[in-house]
Amino acid sequence: MQPETAVVKVSAGAQPAAAEADTKMLINGVSVYYKAFRAIKEIDLPVYENRVTAFIGPSGCGKSTLLRSLNRMNDLIPGARLEGEVLLDGENIYAPGQDVVDIRRRVGMVFQRPNPFPMSVYDNVAFGLRLLGLRKKSVMDEIVERSLRAAALWEHVKDNLGQSGMALSGGQQQRLCIARAIAVEPEVILMDEPTSALDPVATLTIEDLIQTLKEKFTIVIVTHNMQQAARVSDFTAFLSMDDDRAGYLVEYGPTMELFTNPRKKLTEDYITGRFG
Amino acid sequence: MPTESVYAHVNLESNYRRRKILNAVMLSLTGLTVLVAVVPLVWITVYVVIKGGKYINWALFARLPAPMGAPGGGVLHAIEGTAVMVTLASVIAIPLALLGAFYLLARPNTSLAHGLRFSTDMLAGTPSIVIGLFGYAVIVVVQKHFSAFAGGIVLAIIMLPVVLRSAEEMLKLVPAEMREGALALGSPEWHAALKVVLPAAMEGIVTGVMLGIARAVGETAPLLFTALGNDNYEIGKIVRSGIRHHQSVGKILGQIFAQPADALPLTLWKYAQQPYQERVQQAWAVAFVLMLFALGINILARARLAYRRRKLYG
Amino acid sequence: MPRRKVLEDELKSLMGDIMRLGEKVNQAMLDAIEALKKRDIAEAERIIAADKEINALRFEIERTALVVIATQQPLAHDLRILASILDIAGELERMGDYAKGVAKINILMGDKPLLKPLIDLPRMVEIATNMLKDALTAFSNDDAEAARSIPQRDDEVDALYNQIYRELITFMIQDPKTIDQANYLLWAAHNVERLADRVTNICERTVFDATGEIVELA
Repeated sequence: MQPETAVVKVSAGAQPAAAEADTKMLINGVSVYYKAFRAIKEIDLPVYENRVTAFIGPSGCGKSTLLRSLNRMNDLIPGARLEGEVLLDGENIYAPGQDVVDIRRRVGMVFQRPNPFPMSVYDNVAFGLRLLGLRKKSVMDEIVERSLRAAALWEHVKDNLGQSGMALSGGQQQRLCIARAIAVEPEVILMDEPTSALDPVATLTIEDLIQTLKEKFTIVIVTHNMQQAARVSDFTAFLSMDDDRAGYLVEYGPTMELFTNPRKKLTEDYITGRFG
Repeated sequence: MPTESVYAHVNLESNYRRRKILNAVMLSLTGLTVLVAVVPLVWITVYVVIKGGKYINWALFARLPAPMGAPGGGVLHAIEGTAVMVTLASVIAIPLALLGAFYLLARPNTSLAHGLRFSTDMLAGTPSIVIGLFGYAVIVVVQKHFSAFAGGIVLAIIMLPVVLRSAEEMLKLVPAEMREGALALGSPEWHAALKVVLPAAMEGIVTGVMLGIARAVGETAPLLFTALGNDNYEIGKIVRSGIRHHQSVGKILGQIFAQPADALPLTLWKYAQQPYQERVQQAWAVAFVLMLFALGINILARARLAYRRRKLYG
Repeated sequence: MPRRKVLEDELKSLMGDIMRLGEKVNQAMLDAIEALKKRDIAEAERIIAADKEINALRFEIERTALVVIATQQPLAHDLRILASILDIAGELERMGDYAKGVAKINILMGDKPLLKPLIDLPRMVEIATNMLKDALTAFSNDDAEAARSIPQRDDEVDALYNQIYRELITFMIQDPKTIDQANYLLWAAHNVERLADRVTNICERTVFDATGEIVELA
């Protein structure tokens, strides 16, 4: 006789709002080719609104490629080609007639190495605003301040907005890049290993920032650091590489579930550090 | 598997001694090489300063040449000629070179890019006298007269590959993320190149441009066939005469470029061969001025870069 | 060669400590009942003193587990093992306290003889300690199936407890002078019963450890 068991899913309580989130982006059977080489194959994933979605996986599994397909940054690489569709609010961003400039405005990006432009802190943040055609100085000032505040950088730079962005410390540079990205009020922010070039303290600052940013934005983050994925994300997608070196999705789910009780052996081996 | 320690089989003391000796020998060798490289440089500098320095005077910069054999006079014509032709060459070559470099950066693997790279390399390797001949055939012969314009054009051709390839290298050093950062904000490609990548590569590009200008300033051979030389070249005179005849600015500018002109190295070359002592002395003075010029450009460029770096990196 | 030798060695050593702690607790309970049976006060005092070792080992396990969590950043199964080890170490320490409780009862009973020869209580202890032994084996083998079945044996323990209870109540009713003596024995039985209950908690941990599911094993 089998005893009665009451099964309680471990993470169900940890992410109460996860299930209630709307789908912001939908990756639908996406494969990306670089010339003849298939970098990622047939990936299906949702990206929920106002949630942090993390992509993890071993080097070369295509997580950056997948991330870059979300704002068509792969378009910049000669010979890159995408199959499938990426929906943003239900619309395929790869459909003919879609304006790539507009997509990148709606889906902003923060890069692995902090890349402030060689200009002042103010001009860095104003860069995207000027691109939009904003001319009014008073409005510009206000948005620059607001963005720097949101990126937790205002207190450090408010007395010297004219200093070069490149004169800041690494962590501050990355926050400047975040301020620059959010100034144009994107809907989604892609972060490609945003702390891999930073020291541990700056890393934690950025991680905290991500937690406050998700109230306003939808965030997708690629990280090598599994602890970081566990700390900052609500959902995690684990990608791995096939024999033909094409990246594919192994497992996707609420982060707490994936990190305490993964369904796939491969995920378990990867996150416990026994493979990859 | 041997259980004995590696130290049972080596003589550490003699090994260390040998290494120290070898190190000392190699270090002295490199020091010697530096000396060999520096000695001629210092020698030339000191020689030119001694030989030419004493003939430097105000007239040298302010006067046109005195008649053959007569003392006094200066090389104003050559200074102005060099200035006019190098300015023309820079105005033509630098934007072209930068545009070319940007093209190579944006589309590095097209056949046009390969062609561009190949032809600039060829051009950089072409003796400047050949380029002068080309200028002679294509401009001087067609226009039926020598001119500062023809000189400026050939100097531009000489500058172009130097600036282009160095600019390309410098642009390549700008992290790709910088350009992508701008593109990710919805920046069009030309805008990202101009507003972000170019400023980021500015230091190196300025150095390349300076090298190009220095190269153009020092050229003699191609000017023989194009600018020819002109003892009476004086911008002030052209401008004054233009104003007197109520000529338009364009017309006056045309005059400046239409005349044959002299240049510092050209003057040096001509004066040095003349039997008059005053001319030979002035040749040394010109050599000194050319050296000062090179030094000046260098100091200017470095000061600017140092200022920029301080501004950018605090 | 395993990719995370340090972590795996630590986990193996912690698992060994848990088994050691379990054996100590088991032995303490068996000894406590044996001493009660023989009314051996000196042995009871030794058992009470030995409980300190059990507590010390529990804290040692906790400390090590926390260091492993802090330094090795375990996730998934590794993390569940460590969480379970922390929990089970606590359970075992409490079980040790039950053994100590039986020894204390022995001392409290003083020089009075036993009300009756102990028969059901040693049987109860045998079942309970075997359950504990099997539960820890299941835990170390990550055996969810075994862990799910062990708590069923608690029914036998409960049945024996009820039997002892009724018997002692009968004594008390028949002769109120036996109330003290009977009560002491009832306490002893209660301690054993609680130990068996706590085995269920270990089994629940084992199921969690093996499958990631949090279950109530009745």
